[in-house]
Amino acid sequence: MIQFQGEHLLPGQLGHFFVILAMVSALLSTISFFSSAYSKDLASGASWEKIARYSFGIHAISVMAIFSVIFFLCFNHYYEYMYAYKHASKELEYKYLLACIWEGQEGSFLLWAIWHVVLGSCFMMYAKKKEERKQWLSPVMGVVALAQFFLMLMILGIYFFGVRIGNSPFTLTRNEIPAPIFSRPDYLNFIKDGMGLNVLLRNYWMVIHPPVLFLGFASTIIPFAFAYAGIQTKRFGEWVKLVIPWTLFSVAVLGVGIMMGGKWAYESLSFGGYWAWDPVENASLVPWLIMVAGLHTLLIYNSTKQSLSSSYLFMILSFVFVLYSTFLTRTGILGDTSVHAFTESGQAINIMIGIFVLSFTLPMLGLYFRNKKHFASVLQEEDTSSREFWMFIGSLVIFLSALFVILVTSIPVYGKTPLLKDLILKLHGGPLALPEDPEFLYNKVMVLVAIILGILTAISQYFKYKHTDTKYFLAKILWPTMVAALITLLVAIFGPLTYEKHGPGFLVAIYIAFFAMVYAVVANAMYIFTVLKGNLKFAGASIAHFGFGLMIVGVLISSANKKVLSNSNANGLVIPAGTDPMTRKQDNQLENLTLLRSIPAKMGDYDVTYLADSSSLKESGRIFYKIHFSKTGKGAKEDFNIMPDLYMMKNSNISPNPDSKTFLTEDVFTYITNAIDKTKVEDTATFEVKELALKENTMFSFGYVKVDSVNVNPEDQRVTYTNKSDNALMARITITLPDSMHVMSKPVIQVKDNNIIRINDTLYAQNMIVQFEGVDTETRKVRIGVKRSSSPMDYITVKTYLFPYINLVWVGLVILALGTLLSMLKRWNASKMTIVLTLLLSGAALFYMFLIAS
Amino acid sequence: MKKSSIIILIGIASLIVGILVYGVDFSTYSTITSAQKSPGKFVHIIASLDKTQPIQYDPINNPNYLSFYAVDSLGGTTQVIYHNSKPTDMEKSDRLVLKGKMENGHFECSDILLKCPSKYKDNKNNLERNLKEQTGN
Repeated sequence: MIQFQGEHLLPGQLGHFFVILAMVSALLSTISFFSSAYSKDLASGASWEKIARYSFGIHAISVMAIFSVIFFLCFNHYYEYMYAYKHASKELEYKYLLACIWEGQEGSFLLWAIWHVVLGSCFMMYAKKKEERKQWLSPVMGVVALAQFFLMLMILGIYFFGVRIGNSPFTLTRNEIPAPIFSRPDYLNFIKDGMGLNVLLRNYWMVIHPPVLFLGFASTIIPFAFAYAGIQTKRFGEWVKLVIPWTLFSVAVLGVGIMMGGKWAYESLSFGGYWAWDPVENASLVPWLIMVAGLHTLLIYNSTKQSLSSSYLFMILSFVFVLYSTFLTRTGILGDTSVHAFTESGQAINIMIGIFVLSFTLPMLGLYFRNKKHFASVLQEEDTSSREFWMFIGSLVIFLSALFVILVTSIPVYGKTPLLKDLILKLHGGPLALPEDPEFLYNKVMVLVAIILGILTAISQYFKYKHTDTKYFLAKILWPTMVAALITLLVAIFGPLTYEKHGPGFLVAIYIAFFAMVYAVVANAMYIFTVLKGNLKFAGASIAHFGFGLMIVGVLISSANKKVLSNSNANGLVIPAGTDPMTRKQDNQLENLTLLRSIPAKMGDYDVTYLADSSSLKESGRIFYKIHFSKTGKGAKEDFNIMPDLYMMKNSNISPNPDSKTFLTEDVFTYITNAIDKTKVEDTATFEVKELALKENTMFSFGYVKVDSVNVNPEDQRVTYTNKSDNALMARITITLPDSMHVMSKPVIQVKDNNIIRINDTLYAQNMIVQFEGVDTETRKVRIGVKRSSSPMDYITVKTYLFPYINLVWVGLVILALGTLLSMLKRWNASKMTIVLTLLLSGAALFYMFLIAS
Repeated sequence: MKKSSIIILIGIASLIVGILVYGVDFSTYSTITSAQKSPGKFVHIIASLDKTQPIQYDPINNPNYLSFYAVDSLGGTTQVIYHNSKPTDMEKSDRLVLKGKMENGHFECSDILLKCPSKYKDNKNNLERNLKEQTGN
């Protein structure tokens, strides 16, 4: 047994103890909550509930303690712990300390668990507040506690019969990695630093996006648990009124969380946009869509006692798809189709995730189908002039679109499902893969969905529940229809949508969708004034629908009119884009443009020049590039810099971060796809040195060089004087090239602390370095060296896009979230003061994050 | 549910199914050898970078031309041409998913997906390598 030196074993043991305590207390709490829910007499029910609440309290404290210990390990850089070694590093800025906790599997499970604890505690307070809510406490909390039990199993890390259950975040590095270094007692002295946060994830969105998204995921458990409670208590419809605000909360938070991911992708992950139909994005969108569908059926039930059955189904499926998306993104099953799913993390944990998913899905669906007869609504004559009819159609369309997305996203799963795999092989002739243009597959279905939803969103509120007078409806809807049609017409004439990649048919579909969404925006705005008479207190739904319409309008414009600026040509040579022999369409692949330093290039209407690069002072390997854009000619003159950056890795590979210049109506978006690693450039050229008399042209191999003057101790930012004995000389040189172009150069020679320092002047456009070699004290001649390399000395390759009206997407989202929150607060009977304060604060925060902070 | 909503539901569903059946050409995971047998057919190939052959990418002359050789698990090998910039960390990847079609003796690639062991760092070999680099052992 080796005595290892310098290890801190106590925090790990403490952490491990809390994991076990958290798991046991979650189990105890689960059992007691369910016993309370099922107990027949009140007294024993109450005492079970008391035990359950106390054990949930212990559980809550333990979960917080686990998190604190992990934070403590990462904060102190205790690299004897695997988690700190894998995710923390000393150069990491403090703001990323939290981010490196939820970078890993264990940390993100913990984040999820923390939100369950918070929501569970809030729910218990909520349920205790009013007499009629009390009966829901035990069954709902039982479900929450059971989920907590499973989440704790994921981070348990204890062996049962030779199988490790879960991965503990408190394992020791020396036990996890087999390396000879760990046979030394003093191994810790050799581990200088941890691996740190993946550079791709070093972004402030990594700090806020996961907590918000996981709060959204976690919040779907409350409606799910309510659905269970409805069946368990046999009060099949009574939970609906209570669950609506919780559902609204879920819709708002999950929606914001998803779009934060989109904004992050847009800002820094260089996917070339905010949405790529990546499986991981889809997996988070699907629960949201189903939750939105469910929200609408709940509202229908609340007003008409119809569609209870679908409300149950949607509330159940929303959480089920949260679990399913956990399964998709954490088991490595998406391996070949997603850019950012977790890679495989071991068979044991995959099986556990599978068990977690199935043990919530199967029993709950079983309960649903066994009790389906109780959900049936009173049959009555359907009325196409009723609001509930169109709301229901809308919910169905949303639900179907969610099913479509998840069916396509699950393609990799089919290839791994035993029977299905063989069937596909037989029918398709090979494992199923996405088509050539997967985005188009999604887009062409979703554009139809957008058309239907836009129109339904516009008209539905003008219908009344149960029955609407046709005259009333037509009178109210006339103006919004006219205005929307007029706007669409104006856009078609003055700022047309120009998406021709998929033919005129698809463009027409985009136009109809555009009309439908403008219709939704106009109709909801007018509804607030003409029907609600400007009473904002009741306008939550209209505001949310208005925001939704605006967001999709932004999506349509920015996607349809997205332009590649960097595709014109490379160095003046027009390289023809490949033409697809099958479709005879232009391949739009030439999106990269190389910019030689100091040489302007044309990009659309802009003259673009790569001016300079600079290294980050805070982070090693991070380099910023200053690119100047200017637009001359008719119209407004524009002049701005864009500073994209990248991380240069040890092996000269790069990890870029885009930058964009935001105007009110468009974004110019740029990122670097290639750059030279200056530390690795070998210089083979040598200096050509000659002695020059002042003001005389001297011939060099490439042209003439003339020294115009020599300044003694010049004031120049490149030169600093620390001692009185420090001296410097700066030559002002004119170089004349064969094409009779004149170039100025100012090399410097300096004596500093009795050392000679030469500050060379690099002329990037000419590939020249000019050096001040020295002065002959007798002849007063100046020795100048010039080095000319045959290849460009510095360049970057960039992709530049123009996204028009992208701000509509973010503004629309913020309005959607605020409208939803307003509805939620209204239904919770919050005071006017609370409503105003909450909306102001969250509005300011969201507005800042989505529109200003970048 | 109500009769008319069921009709509408079926209508929408069949519309989507119709689009999928007639409008979408789902692709296949293929091997290099079988892709070579059917040139012009869009396929997905899972392969890895042939490190014995040079990667050709010269962004100064043409930032939209990358050429390299790929080899799959069955030993099939082909030149791959990708009219785009060189993906970051390509040399580090242990698996490439190439989407495209065979044309004139090479694989004309329209998209490359990299599978890097480093991505989420949950790969033990990678950790081990990193540790060795750091400690010099």
